[in-house]
Amino acid sequence: MKRLILGAILAATTATASLAEAMKLAVTTSFHNSGLSDILLPQIKADTGIEVQLLVVGTGQAIRLGEAGDVDAILVHSLKAEEAFLAGGYGTHRREIMYNDFVFVGPSDDPAGIAGANSAAAALVAIADARADFVSRGDDSGTHKKELSLWSAAGVVPEGDWYKAVGAGMGASLNTAAGMGAYIMSDRASWLNFANKADQALLFAGDPVLFNQYAFLPVNPVKHPHVEAELVEKLEAWLVSDTARELINSYRINGETLFTFNAR
Amino acid sequence: MSDLLEGALQAFWLVFGRDPVLIEISLRSLRVTLTALLVACVIALPLGAYLAVRRFRLRRYVIAVLNALMGLPPVVVGLIVYVFLSRSGPLGVLGLLFTPTAMIIAQVIIIVPLIASIAHQALRELWSDYHDLLISMNASQGQRIRALLWDGRRALLTAALAGFGRGIGEVGAIMVVGGNIDHLTRVLTTAIALETGKGEFALALALGFILIAIAIGVNLAIHMLSGTEREGRW
Amino acid sequence: MSNLFPLSVEGALTRRRGRVLVGPVDLKLDPTGTTMVIGPNGAGKTSLLRMLHGIARLGAGRINWACEEHEAQRHQAFVFQQPVMMRRTVQDNLAYPLRLSGVKRAEARDRAAVWAGKVGLGAMLTRQATVLSGGERQKLAIARALIRDPELLFLDEPCSSLDGRATREIEEILHGVAEVGTRIIMSTHDMGQARRLGTEVAFLLHGKVHEFAAADTFFPAPATAQARAFLNGDIVE
Repeated sequence: MKRLILGAILAATTATASLAEAMKLAVTTSFHNSGLSDILLPQIKADTGIEVQLLVVGTGQAIRLGEAGDVDAILVHSLKAEEAFLAGGYGTHRREIMYNDFVFVGPSDDPAGIAGANSAAAALVAIADARADFVSRGDDSGTHKKELSLWSAAGVVPEGDWYKAVGAGMGASLNTAAGMGAYIMSDRASWLNFANKADQALLFAGDPVLFNQYAFLPVNPVKHPHVEAELVEKLEAWLVSDTARELINSYRINGETLFTFNAR
Repeated sequence: MSDLLEGALQAFWLVFGRDPVLIEISLRSLRVTLTALLVACVIALPLGAYLAVRRFRLRRYVIAVLNALMGLPPVVVGLIVYVFLSRSGPLGVLGLLFTPTAMIIAQVIIIVPLIASIAHQALRELWSDYHDLLISMNASQGQRIRALLWDGRRALLTAALAGFGRGIGEVGAIMVVGGNIDHLTRVLTTAIALETGKGEFALALALGFILIAIAIGVNLAIHMLSGTEREGRW
Repeated sequence: MSNLFPLSVEGALTRRRGRVLVGPVDLKLDPTGTTMVIGPNGAGKTSLLRMLHGIARLGAGRINWACEEHEAQRHQAFVFQQPVMMRRTVQDNLAYPLRLSGVKRAEARDRAAVWAGKVGLGAMLTRQATVLSGGERQKLAIARALIRDPELLFLDEPCSSLDGRATREIEEILHGVAEVGTRIIMSTHDMGQARRLGTEVAFLLHGKVHEFAAADTFFPAPATAQARAFLNGDIVE
């Protein structure tokens, strides 16, 4: 019995130590749901030998993980939070990698009539005026923060029983919106990859304010000496390489381009 | 409804196609929960017996706390373990966060109160039977606890299985401390949460059916193994 | 050479929740013989045995064994009215007290098998104790009590729920036990059994030892009116 227990504990602990060139990267749900990571990670492994372990969380949690030194780098899309992260000395620098865009999704009969809106702000005003159900991530994520900044730019305070803050990731929020027939703001990738579309349709997109910049921020090794700074550096070099440009720009779902590589 | 059917079909193909990813995460689920169960039993069963045998002043309170902890939301346990194991936490130097070991630790904390509480309930009855006899025979505290654990093993098995059930189906805590990292800490429950998030209901359901099947399988296996051994009720 | 006797009990008393169960009791017991504890229901027979054995807490007075108090219980064994069957086989039930005193497993099981034979349970070694009949249970309990070779054996109405045949088998066992010099203190409500087994009698009434005498004087000529009435089968209050 004793040997059995010891063996089990040993097996549990040693199995975790066997990965040599591994590093942890916190990424946002929207990035992971796009499916792009499934294309990039194997190529990274092949080119650099690095096993990138993804922690898929909201931007808020990704920043926290980076601050605590529980990951080696973060890949997020919320400029303000990123700047605060750097100002606190938690990261070494910020490297822009690529962008995608946000879209407004809603019931295909479009009761608030946002399909013809001439700007994102106008679309939101239309939703608020119609008091049409709107699902918000409400989870302090990059997407949530973006949504809030759009409301404030539109001059609308989103309040009332039509505004549902679900406090969940992109996928769960899309599920909720689909279930309720509500409007929702999603990144294009998550929406295209989302399998449970029900009666929902993409109604509005294209306003430049909806562009969504992804940036790579290494965790500061001065604050957290244990981070895999070397691997992070290698990974960053790969992310801005021509290989990465080719893979990112050519990634398509249903024939649509999702991401635009813009690293310099 | 069609999701259910499709899920069942997909579960069938995953199982009979010996899907390597499915096998990997199922085995990891089993390894994490069985290890946690083993560790939890080593702690909880003697604790349950001790509480049955020993009268001490704080006993009532310990039992009340155990019973209350049974209802502890796993995500709270996850957060507490996270704070301890985080690089900036007191145990950060161990580097255990986002490893199966962290998941095992969280599950141990979740299932120990459950197993200890059920074990205590069962052994209290046995102890009221044995009390006079063991005292008359001058059995030491340790000998009393050992006698209860051995003779009550059937009931303790039920306690352990309850712990297994709570562990294998748990998602809140292991999501927080494990991080659902592909090929490292992804298990059945976190994979289900992930697929649900992607709106892949059929795949999520398929994994759910497999989880249920594994839980039933382990229960049956343990009952059959222990059943062949005895004729009596205990 | 006796570790326990002579025993002198001085003003011993035991309570439960403030109510006196038995006592104060004064008694002097010699190293040999079989003491039968008799008396009406509720007189305190069980409580007296439990108090002497040390499993009911002493509320007042003293129980002076010939040896140190903490050693005394090791030389005693107790058979309960409802025998406690451990959830194990007959053999493991018998081996258990030996295992407690550190006897090796194989030897304990061998000796258990021998004792099972002595009380007629030799064919049931691998049977679960919890499925035995009442008589078999009581025989197992007695063998389990005797296996550590105690100087003193307490029995609390061991035959109260048994039929005649089982009662006779148990009495035969107890005769043998007394013959090898084991001291017996036993309660019973069966006056025939008290006459057959007893060498001395303690007649209890209202929690006190009302009369204590050698069996061959007590039964033909009880000294007190209550004892006489009890032996006559009258209701004694």
